[in-house]
Amino acid sequence: MLRTGSVNGEPGTEADEPARNTAETVARRSYGKLVAYLAARTHDVAAAEDALSEAFASALADWPRHGCPANPEAWLLTVARRKFIDMTRRQRSGDFVDEDLNQIEAAISATTDTEIPDRRLALLFACAHPAIDAGIRAPLMLQAVLGLDAAAIASAFLTAPATMGQRLVRAKSKIRQAGIPFRIPDRAEMRDRLGTVLDAIYAAFTEGWVDAAGTDAARRDLAEEAIFLCRLVTELLPFEPEALGLLALILYAEARRPARRGAGGEYIPLAEQNCALWNWQGIDEAEDLLVRASTLEAIGRYQLEAALQSAHVERRRTGCNNWDAVLQLYDALLSRTHSPVVAINRALAIAEMHGADIALKALEEIAADKRLTEYQPWWAARAELLARTGAHRQAREAYEVAIGLERDPSVRHFLAHRQSALPL
Amino acid sequence: MQYLLMLYADESGWNRMSPVEQQQGYAAYMAYSEALKSAGVYVGSNRLRPVSTATTVRATDGKSQVLDGPFVDSKEQLGGYYLIDAPDLDAAISWAARCPGAGHGTVEVRPVWEMSSPQYQ
Repeated sequence: MLRTGSVNGEPGTEADEPARNTAETVARRSYGKLVAYLAARTHDVAAAEDALSEAFASALADWPRHGCPANPEAWLLTVARRKFIDMTRRQRSGDFVDEDLNQIEAAISATTDTEIPDRRLALLFACAHPAIDAGIRAPLMLQAVLGLDAAAIASAFLTAPATMGQRLVRAKSKIRQAGIPFRIPDRAEMRDRLGTVLDAIYAAFTEGWVDAAGTDAARRDLAEEAIFLCRLVTELLPFEPEALGLLALILYAEARRPARRGAGGEYIPLAEQNCALWNWQGIDEAEDLLVRASTLEAIGRYQLEAALQSAHVERRRTGCNNWDAVLQLYDALLSRTHSPVVAINRALAIAEMHGADIALKALEEIAADKRLTEYQPWWAARAELLARTGAHRQAREAYEVAIGLERDPSVRHFLAHRQSALPL
Repeated sequence: MQYLLMLYADESGWNRMSPVEQQQGYAAYMAYSEALKSAGVYVGSNRLRPVSTATTVRATDGKSQVLDGPFVDSKEQLGGYYLIDAPDLDAAISWAARCPGAGHGTVEVRPVWEMSSPQYQ
């Protein structure tokens, strides 16, 4: 779902295939890097995105005829620079044009074509700047650094696409007009500024995580991109416990990807996954990170979530009953985040400890949040708990709503299977 | 880039201060202005007289309407400004944070729309 202009547009002829594939590969690998490079030098994120979009379109027209260039990234940057300057020339008028253009030209040309500096982290911090409205920081990072389009971001953030589009445009204008710098904050400000960057990285990861089977390459790459960004942050800030915690969390989750779907693409819940399919190397790395984070003695949301993942892994590995510890972790997490999603998972842990009746009460307590009436996991959890209490008719109805709200066919199929297994 | 730091505060706060406190207040602003100047950031500044002296003018259908009082009637009023030249918003924010006005009121930071900068939106 990367914004590659017409890269994903009309189907081309067979001869276009290599060019198209190269363009898509470069788009996924280099999009954020190229936007960050152009934007950091001009402060104009929107123009950088537009210029790059046009450069990708040119690539699709040019590469099938002349062959793919040896360095596609440098080719794209050269074209994007020219597009950027053309666009600026069209959009600006008055006596200052020449001087202005010279400045921009100098700014975006002052490097060799062989090595494009990675300014993604600086772009991340610009997007997550405190002067940017908190609600738009994560979407902005997803768009500017990862190339997600406004519609995909809107659906991930439960917002109307038009509204999301407008808010993104406004945020980019603010970066440019208010002079928000593209720089990595000093150590002194870092801790405050880091939280929002981590939140957005996590949002990016979960967007990639939705595509469990990994069939959609762009989305699978999104998870990888998020891991890449998170590694970058932990390398820069090796003593930030929450950055380590987030990396641990997403590595735990990613390690289970091979077991999340069966051979036929069917959804497999955590409790039924084949642990032999888990990536134990990834899990070991996550465990190490979590231990490192805990020695820094500043607990936070991501460390708690990683600790939960660790507890789930431990239970599946050894068969131990650790629901008591799990529930404590959910309690701590809920008191920090007040997240309805955490509350749903907490209710399921309560069911393991104290039975489905008490868990249902916990689930109903959070139903005041109206967003949950459109949230599949709430209905699925409710159906599951109702089924355990023997309220089969109500469980069937709740499954019905859950199925109606789910967009992933394999999850729909799983829920329908659960529903049909209910006694009449 | 130039930024206008607009100092909003409750005017009655000043009047409630003792002469010694007012003297300290002046001194703090003088020191702040000096710091801006020695850093080469200072472009200009002024303190405004209280809103009781404000007059609002608006032309509707070619007819001027003149009213007594400020544009917005709120507890915190614009009491002065600093115009500074800073490399970016972070630098402007850090100067705003040092302004005595941030301690007893609110400082709004606004980038100046320089006439040599892009006109398109």
